[in-house]
Order: sequence, then C-alpha cells, then structure tokens
Amino acid sequence: MFRLTWRNLLARKVRLLMSTLAIVLGIGFLAGVMTFSTGLNATFDNIVEGSTPDAQVRPAGDVQGANAGVGTTSLVTPADVDKLAALPEVAQATGSVDGLGSFLLGKDDKLVGGQGAPTLAFNYAPSENIQGEQVLELVEGGWPEKPGEVTLDASSAERGGYAVGDTVTLIVPSGQPRRTFTLVGTAEFNGGGTAGATLVLLDTKEAQEIFLDGADAFTSVSLTAADGVSRTELADAAKAVVPEGFTAVTGDKVIKEQQDQIGQFLDVISIFLTTFAVIAIVVGAFIIFNTFSILVSQRVRESALLRALGASKRQVTRSVLIEAFLMALVGSTLGLLLGLGLSRGLAGLFRTFGLDIAGEVLTLTPFTIASGYVTGIVVTMVAAFVPARRAAKVPPVAAMRDDLTVQEKGMRRRLVLGTIAMVVGVALVAAGLVGAPGTDAIWIGAGAVIWVVTTAVLAPVVGRPVLLLSRSVFGRIFGTAGRLAGENALRSPRRTGATASALMIGLAVVSAVGVLASSLSATQDKIVDDQFTSDFLVQLPTFQGFPTQYGDQMEEVDGVDLVSRQQGVPVSIEVAGTPDQTFANGVDAAFTEIYTLKMVSGTDQISGDQALLSEGRSDDLKATTGDTIEVQFPGGKTIPLEVAGVFEDTPVTSGLTVPLAVLDEAGVKRSDSSISINVADGADRGAVKQDLEDVVKDLPILSVQDKQEFKELISGQVNQLLYVIYGLLALAVVIAVIGIVNTLSLSVLERTREIGLLRAVGLSRRKLRTMITLESVAIAVLGAVLGMALGLVIGVVLRQSLKDDLTELALPISSLALFLVVAVIFGVLAAVIPAVRASRMKVLQAIATE
Amino acid sequence: MTEQPREGAVAEVAASARDLVKTYGKGEAEVRALDGVSVDLMKGEFTAVMGPSGSGKSTLMHCLAALDTPTSGEAIVDGTSLGRLKDKDLTTLRRERVGFVFQSFNLVPTLSAEENILLPLSLAGRKPDRDWFDQVVDSVGLRDRLGHRPSEMSGGQQQRVACARALVSKPSIVFADEPTGNLDSTSSAEVLGFLRRSVDEFGQTVVMVTHDPVAASYTDRILFLADGLIVDELREPDRDAILEKMSKLQDVAAARKQAG
Repeated sequence: MFRLTWRNLLARKVRLLMSTLAIVLGIGFLAGVMTFSTGLNATFDNIVEGSTPDAQVRPAGDVQGANAGVGTTSLVTPADVDKLAALPEVAQATGSVDGLGSFLLGKDDKLVGGQGAPTLAFNYAPSENIQGEQVLELVEGGWPEKPGEVTLDASSAERGGYAVGDTVTLIVPSGQPRRTFTLVGTAEFNGGGTAGATLVLLDTKEAQEIFLDGADAFTSVSLTAADGVSRTELADAAKAVVPEGFTAVTGDKVIKEQQDQIGQFLDVISIFLTTFAVIAIVVGAFIIFNTFSILVSQRVRESALLRALGASKRQVTRSVLIEAFLMALVGSTLGLLLGLGLSRGLAGLFRTFGLDIAGEVLTLTPFTIASGYVTGIVVTMVAAFVPARRAAKVPPVAAMRDDLTVQEKGMRRRLVLGTIAMVVGVALVAAGLVGAPGTDAIWIGAGAVIWVVTTAVLAPVVGRPVLLLSRSVFGRIFGTAGRLAGENALRSPRRTGATASALMIGLAVVSAVGVLASSLSATQDKIVDDQFTSDFLVQLPTFQGFPTQYGDQMEEVDGVDLVSRQQGVPVSIEVAGTPDQTFANGVDAAFTEIYTLKMVSGTDQISGDQALLSEGRSDDLKATTGDTIEVQFPGGKTIPLEVAGVFEDTPVTSGLTVPLAVLDEAGVKRSDSSISINVADGADRGAVKQDLEDVVKDLPILSVQDKQEFKELISGQVNQLLYVIYGLLALAVVIAVIGIVNTLSLSVLERTREIGLLRAVGLSRRKLRTMITLESVAIAVLGAVLGMALGLVIGVVLRQSLKDDLTELALPISSLALFLVVAVIFGVLAAVIPAVRASRMKVLQAIATE
Repeated sequence: MTEQPREGAVAEVAASARDLVKTYGKGEAEVRALDGVSVDLMKGEFTAVMGPSGSGKSTLMHCLAALDTPTSGEAIVDGTSLGRLKDKDLTTLRRERVGFVFQSFNLVPTLSAEENILLPLSLAGRKPDRDWFDQVVDSVGLRDRLGHRPSEMSGGQQQRVACARALVSKPSIVFADEPTGNLDSTSSAEVLGFLRRSVDEFGQTVVMVTHDPVAASYTDRILFLADGLIVDELREPDRDAILEKMSKLQDVAAARKQAG
C-alpha cells in the first residue's frame, strides 16, 4: 500500500503542490510569527539584563514611571555617591544623570527613530551590569570626555547618516534647545542592539548642565557588589545610606519590573500576530480538505479497484492518510524555512516603526520547529480524514461501473445542524450584548467564531442565491460561456462552498476590523469636533514632555488669546489596597477657559491641593466630590488631594486632573506635554499659526496642529494599524486564492471530456478561458460577499458592545466596494493557470479521455 | 424538402479528402493511421465508414471534421480547405458547418436537453429558427423531455438529443462516431432511423463511423478502410453483403499481419 501511496503522490505532484503550498504558507506564517516573537523577547531580555546593575539607587516610591526617567527635583549628590562607594559591600558606585526630552536629528533635520522607541540621553560612566560585564561597549571611536562630545548607538548614527567625526544635531530639554555636538564614537548595549531606542551618551558635566541646570548631582546610582556580597545584601546596605527620597533596589527587581512592563506590550504583539497565523492555518485547512475531497472523488475507480482486489476499507483510508502525512511533512518543512525568512521580513516591518530586532536572535527554536510540524501534520491529517473515509466507502463494484461520479448527499442534515449552530451563535452574541457575566467581547467573539464556521459549513446552501445571481448576470453579459460558468459554479455546491469559505474567513475578519476602524475614526472625529475646543494643539508625536520655554514664547505671540499648559505625569494611587499606575494631568487655570468639562458634581475650578476626577476614575477609587485621595508622585512623595469635582469621561484630560502647582509641590520637574491655544477674536488664524510655528522652528518635531491636522494625525494612526492588519490578513487571502486555483485546476481536469465536447461543438479557446475565469470570479465573489456580510454583522455587534468607547458607528462602504473589486481581480488571477491549461487541451484527446 | 437530392440530381461534394496522410509517433514506432486517402463525400448522402480496429476510420473522420490535423494532404469541408485555418476559424467552422454525434458523453451535464440542442447556436450567438427546431425535436420525439438534464434521460434519449443538436444548426455535414456503440438494439434503431430520416426528409449529409453491420445497413454508401487506405466501397448495401466484405477484410488484415 505504501508504494501505491508514493506513486500517487508522484503522479499528482502538480495538484498536490498546490495544496502543499497551503500548508507551506500556513506553517510558514506560524513559524515566522513564533520566531519573531521569540526574537523580540530575546532582544528585550538581552537589553534589560545587559543594562541593569547589581543594585540601583533611585527615587523612592511605587511610581514606575520614575524609572522611565520622569525628571524629579530630588537628587543624589557626589557626596552621597562617595558614601555609597565607601560601603564594604560596594565594589563600585556610578552616578548617572538622565532625563527625557532629548531628540536626535538626522543629517536631513528629521527626527531619528520615528515615533516608536524612546530616545535615552544620559551621562557616560563605565558601570557593570548584573553579569559583571560593562553595560555599554564601543563599536567605533571613543566615549564623550568633554562638553560638546557625544557618542550615539551605532544604529541611530547610521540612520541619521552620521559617521564618527561628524557634527550631530540634538534637541535638548533646557537652555538653547538645538545644539551641535561632535560625534566621537558609536556604542551599543552589551546585550546586543537597542531595540530601536536612540542612545545619546554625553559627558557628565554636560548632562548635568542639560538635565539638572548645572547642579553637580545625579539622578540615580548604579552599584556593583563587592566579591561575595549578594545583591540583596548590597541593596540592603545601600538603603541605609541613601539620601532622603531615594531607595536602593536589587537588579533582579529592576529586571522584573522592566520585563513585566515590556512583557505586556510584547504579549500583545505576539497574541496579535498569532491570531493571524491561526486564521491563515484555518484557511489552509479548508484548502487541504477541499483538495483531498476532490482528489478522492476523482479516484473513485482506483479505490474501487483496490477494494475489488481485496484491500480493506482501513487500507484505503490509510493510503489516503499516509499521502496526507507525507504532504504535511514536506509542507511543514518548507513552511519552517519560509517562516525563518518571514520573521526577517516582520523584523524589517517593525524596524520601520522604530523597533529594531537583531537578525541573530531570529532563529528557529526547537519549540518552534516542533510546533510547526505538529500543527502542520495534525491540521493536514484532520482535514484529510473525512475525504479518506469517503474513499474507503466506495463499493468494489464501482470499479466495473461506467458512471463514476460520487453523488453528493443531501444538504438536509447540514442545514439542520448549521441552523442550530447559528442560533447558538446568536444566543452567545446576544448574551454578550445584554451584558452577561464576564467580558462582553469574549461572548461575542465565541458567537462570531461559531457564525464563521457555520457559514463555512452552510456556504453550499446560503451561497446559492449569490451563485444564481452570478449565473444570470454572467449569462446576460457573456452569453453561453457565462451561463455555463454560472452552471459550473453551481454544479458542485460543496466544492464551491468550501473553496469560497476559505476566502470568506479572511474577508469576514477584514470587514469586521474595517467596521471597528471606521467607527473609531468617526468617533474620534466627533470627539475632536465636540470636545477639543482649542484652536491649536502643540504636542510631540511621542506625547512626551518638552521644555517650557516654547509655551512661554507662545504666550507672547500676537493674536493669541488663551494658552493652557498641561503636563502629564505617571502617578500611583491605591485602588483596593494595591498601587495602581495611572497618569495625572497637571493643568493651569486657563484649561477650563478653553475646555468645558461636563461636571457630574462639584466644580471644575481647582487650586492648591485639589483634584478633579473623571466618572470612571471616581468609580474605581470609590471617591467623589469632597473626599480626599492619596496620590503618590514620581520621587515617592504622597500628597493628599481633595476632590473638588467629578466630570464626565473625556479624552481632553486624564481621569485625574490636578493643578500644575501640585506637581511642583511633588518635586516633579516642570515641562509641558501639551499646550492648547485659542486665537483672539478677529486675529488672522493663518498668521498666528505661522508665528507659533516660528517659535518651534528649532524643534521641528514639535508640531502646531489645528483641528483638521489633529484629526488627520489620529486617523493616520488608526489607518496605519488598519493597514498592518490588512497586510497580515493578505496572507490568508493569498492562501484562499491558491485554494481557488486548486479547485479550478482539479475541476478542469475532471471535466476534460466536457471541455472537449464544448470545443468540438464550437466553443472558442477565448470563450473557454472566459468560462473558467467567470467560474473563478463566481467563487471569489461568493466568498467575498459571504465574508463581508458576516464581517459587517460581527463588526456592528462588536461596535455595539464597545459603544461606550466607540460612540459612532460608521460602515466602511467604500472599502467594502474595493474589497469586492479586489475579490473579482483575485478571481480572474486565480483562473489564469487553469484557464490556460484548459484552452491548451487538444480537442480530440479531451473527448477521448476516460 | 420534397426533393430527393440523391436520386438523379448532380451529386455535389460535401466534404473530401485528398491524399490524406496521418502518422503518429516517430522512427521505428511510426504508425500510419491514414496512408494517402482520397475520397469525396456527397451531399444528401448517408455514408458509413467501416473497417477493422486500427484501420484509420476514426482518424479519417476526425481529420474531415476539423478535430484533428492531417500530417499531409488536404481535407475540404463545404469547399473550404482546412489546412490553412487557425484554431479560431476551425472553431467557427465546427460550430457552423459541422454537426457531431459521439459514441458517449455527448451532452453538457449542466444544461437541459433544449439548451444542449441549442448549444452550437447560442455559442455562435445566433437566434434559433423556431420552426426548424420544432421540426427536429418532433422528429427525434423528445418534445416532452426538453426540460430534462442528461442525468435524467436514458442513453438512447441522450443520443437522440445529441442528434438533434447536430442538426439544429443546419450544418453542411454531420459526423457521427459510433453513435450506437453504447446503445441497446431498440435505442440504436431509433437513433439510426432518425439519422436516415434526416437524410431523406431534410436532405442532410451524414457520415457515420461504425463497425456494426446493422447500423451500416441504414446507409446509402459504405467505405471500407484497411491499414489507412480505402480498399472497397459498397452502394445500397444489404446486411449480408456487408458481412461478407467485412470478413474478407479481416482475413486480409490477418494474413498481412502474419506475413509482416
């Protein structure tokens, strides 16, 4: 039997190649995603572990943002560092100076690094990481030794177009913001790479001048343990001598904090990508199932002969399954290799978003290889199982019969089960909508998955109207060839349905995501229109803080009526006994003159130790007007604040809004993260905008946006994500198109005699190609229509469950129309090979084919 | 259709072969299916082509019917030489001037009987002549089967639909390749009777390849082929004469095989 299976594989290599391709692509995507995720994690682990010392002296408190470099006014003096260094447990104590708000401009005067990874600017001082290696190592040149010198990470230097010895432009957060430095060297973290972050290493004096207004002090201290001293002992010893407002923590704690923080973000990326890999594999399974179904039905005579010659049912089943197994083996192997390439491609894609992953961490791990093979083999075998059983059911007498088509069984059972499943899906979705316990989205998601699967199962039935319509449309436009194409698409509903379903799945996801994205854009447009009542917004693309001097100058611009300065800072508030990380927005008095907060209770006027809460925050904290809340600021200082009022949730400010004075009191270094500006009545907006832009001309990344530009910025971000999703789904669609090619090729082969007959009675080659192309288009349109209809419903339902955040519902009609056109184009493309092959058949041979 | 073109009228040529040679394979393995056949097929005649297996009878028909291209020589249908025609023109010629009835698989399974009959016309984008259609349909006796699909009809009915299709476009010549090969004797008689009537009543030209003497006895003229050559001819045949000729051919073929 095995030899026969092997011969079968060889005899049908072209046909099997196509379904193997489905496995190759599906497994390739999975392996690519896994490799990429592993590489991403490895990159961050290497950096975190390679840049963390044995212990660190840092501002006290629970606010984790403090570790990300939000400037505080509490400092460590050189004397404190000496005290630390004198401890017997300490081998080395190195003071660091860092701060936010520095940016590297490339030779083209554009921001290096884009909007993704941060720019880390600090003083260079040699210090050891937890593994006893230097945190930083030189790639080229040397370290900054005096003011005016800078060392950059190698990748940023290259992206900025700089070579060692060049003059480099930096934006710094104090004094003259635009400064030039001499690039003296390039370096990188010992752990390898920077994950896209820009490293700016300065001379200590200069760092102190920039970040600490020249104070001879440090923002944190890295400690290296003496021989035989554990990291806990080291931190404990240091704690005894650190200045007030500071604490000492072990490197392990720092690593864990950072990994937790980054881990969440990495998990999101990994789950996001894996979702698309799963979709691609499910689509691939459809194709494999369909291919085997067709192959088996075309091999009825052979199976019957085997049975007649004494093969048992089990042997027939096994021969088909072994064939599937070999196919899966080949497909998965090729898929894994493709995955390796694909992960490099993904790394390239993420590099454009500013997330740099080194090529050397992108390798196939044993786990990825095992997952690839297991998934590929299991999916293929399961998909081939039903057709294999069907092959075994062929009665031996069929070998002697002339009429060899396997009759498709009735659809009744399918219809009944499908309808029941559909109702279950509706019930789940309804449960999600009316707010059943648990997450609404999970109920709805489960219902949606059932809908998609059921639609795939019912496609032969529910797709019929679409196919009937395309038959009559084709018939009217293309005459008999069109009519025949329509008939062909209808003649084997299961085959057409299964082929179309592969495309349906992809388009359902695309359409549902499209509904959510366009609703999000519409909602944000409305929010900007209704609530962002300022004429201009001044922000960095990263929403980080920038020096206050720009705001000061903007207040002086002619025609400016109101200027509101806001500063966002990370804070920690206890919610139900555990510190909760959140943001506080520090605002000035002008804020409520520009923006109208809809108050639920209390007043929007705050001063002194007061705060405003959004309704949502108020519920979380179980605090309302008149209550007092304890807020811990970066630097560890906790300030009790009286709640002056509660406002309806709005995106114009954080859930916790405080007067700027509170931030001063907490010792947070003042900067602006957003400036809102209203123009005086009668002033020329264009001229005012020009003047405001002149203020920030030395900081080209700080933009002055009017409402329209702000809207475009937001919708641009939504669209960017949307295009990434579409790009990832494209693979599922490509697999589905391969499925159409496969089905058509097999159908053409199966109908060789019929095609011969049609040619004999006068169907021209061109019309034959038209006929096959139209059948392909019918399948593609069926898949697209079912997918879009289902996707629209799912999208609308999901939007309904998210209506608190997505207040507007918008349907991406033009996108859907575009998808339909693309589906038609894909249909035409999928038919090219089968149509050419059919039209090349010799009429006489085709008729004579058995 | 009152005239009887075959009696007394000047016989016009419907299709002819001139020195037709068709070889398959190369070198040692070369097979000469046709070895220089020249023949004229007359209008309004029912001609049978007979011969032992491998005599080249099907190849001759395929070459004349524009389904196959000869290695050398000329095939002429209705005054048109097929040699220089491109695939597109051959398709048009088949559609408009030639009718086909094959041994099996004559009908498109997705189309009804009526649609199958009208297929050549609808492919050409021509409007059917309704009277003619009715006449043909009544003549094959399929009026009540027009809406049925092939899978709902018997083999004999399917062959009659195929015959009706071959006639409905009023072709210059109808080629039938063993049209009764898969039928029982009753169905065979129906199909042959209809082909005979189409010649007698409609003045149609029919060429039929067969190895069944009963089928051949319906025709006006029989061409006997052996080893790629026309070796004999019989007019107004009766069954005994056919059987006699056939067995002689078989003997000659067997003798030649022994000698070679």
